[in-house]
Amino acid sequence: MLRSEILPSPTPMHIPDGFLSMGVIIVCWVLSIIAIGSALARTRKSLGERQVPVMGVLAAFIFAAQMLNFTIAGGTSGHFLGAALAAILLGPWAAMLTMTTVVALQALLFQDGGLLALGGNILNMAVIGPVVAYGFYRGVRTLLGSRRGSTLVAGFVAAWVSIVIAAVACAMELGFSGTSPIGIALPAMAGIHALIGIGEGLITVGALALVTATRPDLVEVERAPVPAGMRWVWGGLAIALVLALFSPLASPHPDGLERVAEDLGFIERAQEPLYQVIPDYVFPGISNEALATIAAGIVGTLIVYGIAVGLAALLRRRERAAA
Amino acid sequence: MHLHALDTYLPGESPVHRLDPRVKLVLTVLFILTAALMPDRAWLAFGLLEGLVLAAVGLSRVGLGVVQKRSALALPFLLAALTVAFAQPGDIGHGQAVPLPGTPWAVSEAGLWRFLSIVARSYLSVQAAVLLAATTQFPDLLWGMRALKVPRILVAVGGFLYRYLFVLADEARRMMQAREARSAVPTGRRGGGTVLWRARVTGAMAGTLFLRAYERSERIWNAMVARGYDGEVRVLSAPALRPSDWRVGIVGGLVLILLLIATRTGL
Repeated sequence: MLRSEILPSPTPMHIPDGFLSMGVIIVCWVLSIIAIGSALARTRKSLGERQVPVMGVLAAFIFAAQMLNFTIAGGTSGHFLGAALAAILLGPWAAMLTMTTVVALQALLFQDGGLLALGGNILNMAVIGPVVAYGFYRGVRTLLGSRRGSTLVAGFVAAWVSIVIAAVACAMELGFSGTSPIGIALPAMAGIHALIGIGEGLITVGALALVTATRPDLVEVERAPVPAGMRWVWGGLAIALVLALFSPLASPHPDGLERVAEDLGFIERAQEPLYQVIPDYVFPGISNEALATIAAGIVGTLIVYGIAVGLAALLRRRERAAA
Repeated sequence: MHLHALDTYLPGESPVHRLDPRVKLVLTVLFILTAALMPDRAWLAFGLLEGLVLAAVGLSRVGLGVVQKRSALALPFLLAALTVAFAQPGDIGHGQAVPLPGTPWAVSEAGLWRFLSIVARSYLSVQAAVLLAATTQFPDLLWGMRALKVPRILVAVGGFLYRYLFVLADEARRMMQAREARSAVPTGRRGGGTVLWRARVTGAMAGTLFLRAYERSERIWNAMVARGYDGEVRVLSAPALRPSDWRVGIVGGLVLILLLIATRTGL
């Protein structure tokens, strides 16, 4: 009964064993190992002998913070994944390592996510999540300047984007494995996590507001040099765009469901209700379906970035007016 | 109340508990790998693997019910795979669409088999992982991983995570208790401000928890330095594998590999 408090994944994103094909597992492990290897080398340099105690205790913090929740409505509650907060407060490399140990311990101790699938879960939640979060955080900060309000806007955007992009990566892994047709998995995962991401963003902002007010020295961004920061901005944006670009290729056919329906001749029967639930996810005006999906993905990513920039500009104007 | 009650280890005296953690880790991963490499619809092989896992559970005397109950926690994710029953791009020639009575949907036969195979693989794997966690203390698992060449720093960070997880989880729990205590809900009225306000409170709790954790880690580091810590993680070398461990490891590994080869070559 106590176990159940810490057990449920804050987000339905921990892939169990049996869901990924061997090819996907190997690719995920290779990418994760490369990222963890560089993170180990980087943090050894930056944290030195403090590496083990600092990251260990902060990993425990992430774990414990995932227990915190708040009621939204009708018995559902907002939870917290923590990848974005870790990336903002600790920097991307240390965040990768802390999140890796958190995800690994969830699999080993609580069977939250599989052992072979751990490569994929580490990739989504401990590599892509923090990198994308840090990139968007730095990006919005660069556009806004270093006011306190901009830290909070950037924190919200970073948290939201990291959750949604991690979910998209998860859906793609399931799609490539032939476990879940991408035409269903991608909109479903992205849709659910677009909502979950709002809760994540709000909690991240609340935490950042408290930390910047009491220990501003701890907010990592002031310490990192600017050129290195810009690399993360482009890196984060690149990952987001690449995922958008490759998402339609995750299935041999752009929409497996549609194809099967056509082949089996029940498209008329099946079409009506299903197609209202699942949006077509393509861009109008482009006849090639794969191209259209890619365009939709890119435009979506850019819209998010655009909204962030717009918010930033608005905030700046307001602060200027106040000054 | 302390949260170490959530530790998944179930103390006991059994051959499974006594087995070397390295052997247990390797056999568990090999078992999950075997299940993952089985082709769809290998029902006989899935059945044999289930037999193996049940035999191990029986030997461990942790109780069949406990293992099944914990394994069931992994089931909700199966919803994500259910969609494949409705669509399976390959295999269309062999599949047959079966309309679901009373609904406008149809299930493809190939897709349904694929879904059931995913369920079988997934459930087999999670049972093995549950058994591993229930019969191996986490510190043993850690040195097992270190002996199996997982990077030392990563294992050390994992060890710290485990050690302070319960401390910080207790702290998080106390915070939530304090929030409850201060949040009276008048009967017949909605309590607690807007969702935004509630989210901000939770965020401030997370921020406070972070600061406490960070300051704790500084104190811990100071204490470690005071005791001579220089950034190097030193551990006792792992004991040699006993002959019984070798026997179990080799026999178990061979059984799994033979089962896999036999199924894949269609014997």
